[in-house]
Amino acid sequence: MSDMHIDDFKHEALDHIHHHLKTYVSVFVALMALTVVTVLASYLKLSLTATIILALIIASIKGTLVACYFMHLISEKKTIYLVLILSVLFIAGLPLLTLLAKYDVPVN
Amino acid sequence: MDIPYTVQPRPDTGLYNAKVGIWLFLASEVMLFGALFSTYILLRVGAIDWPEGVDVLNVPLGTLNTLVLITSSITMVMAWAGCVMKDFKRFRFFMGLTILLACVFLVVKSFEYGSKFSHHIYPKEGAFYAIYFTMTGLHAFHVICGIVVNAYLWGPGAKLWKKNPAQFTNRVEVAGLFWHFVDLVWIFLFPVLYLL
Repeated sequence: MSDMHIDDFKHEALDHIHHHLKTYVSVFVALMALTVVTVLASYLKLSLTATIILALIIASIKGTLVACYFMHLISEKKTIYLVLILSVLFIAGLPLLTLLAKYDVPVN
Repeated sequence: MDIPYTVQPRPDTGLYNAKVGIWLFLASEVMLFGALFSTYILLRVGAIDWPEGVDVLNVPLGTLNTLVLITSSITMVMAWAGCVMKDFKRFRFFMGLTILLACVFLVVKSFEYGSKFSHHIYPKEGAFYAIYFTMTGLHAFHVICGIVVNAYLWGPGAKLWKKNPAQFTNRVEVAGLFWHFVDLVWIFLFPVLYLL
């Protein structure tokens, strides 16, 4: 292990790592709490539409927290965002195309 | 010849190559699971009768597994932080914990599967169980792949730490990105299959 490697080694990340550790713990607590909220909300006996919307909102918040903080997407390079935008477009397009096919039925 | 840009960022992307590689892979994974989620929606919308997950699946075990996987996500990021802090023991401890939690997840999942099989419930039971076993089975396969990669980094792959700690840290980061993705997928799978 060369000393030069150690010196160059993740200087920026090292400077902020202690701050990051606190963020990770906060995100972890939020994820645990939101999991409990999701389960409790399912016992509220709301309408199916309300249950689906609530569950998906909570899941989206949890997913965003994991992606932004654990996967560091909040401070990522443009290349990564471009790749992800493309896959999100495919994801959005896939069910849309299938739904459009529903109306593509011959009249006769 | 050394593989270029394993540590230094490539000028045009601003990233080391493995990071671009893993994100391209994860983008394809997003589309794979996205297609399955679309399948779930279409099957459910088109079904005359659809069982509620709460009635047919074990919600306490599903919740336990969610908490286990979320915990494994923070231990994974702590393992990477250990590398960044040049604390190899810290890396080993948290990576070991991540592997252990992943195994706990699989054990709990196997109990759930075992319970279904003991009641002769298989994917052929109906559309719900077909999509349930397909999605959770594929997810479990990803968990197994994560365990294999993490176990390699914890064990024989850790030799690289002495030779090139920066490259090793990047490998841990890449493995972590995959692991967090596995967690991310479960975060959506759990409410969709168990609670709705």
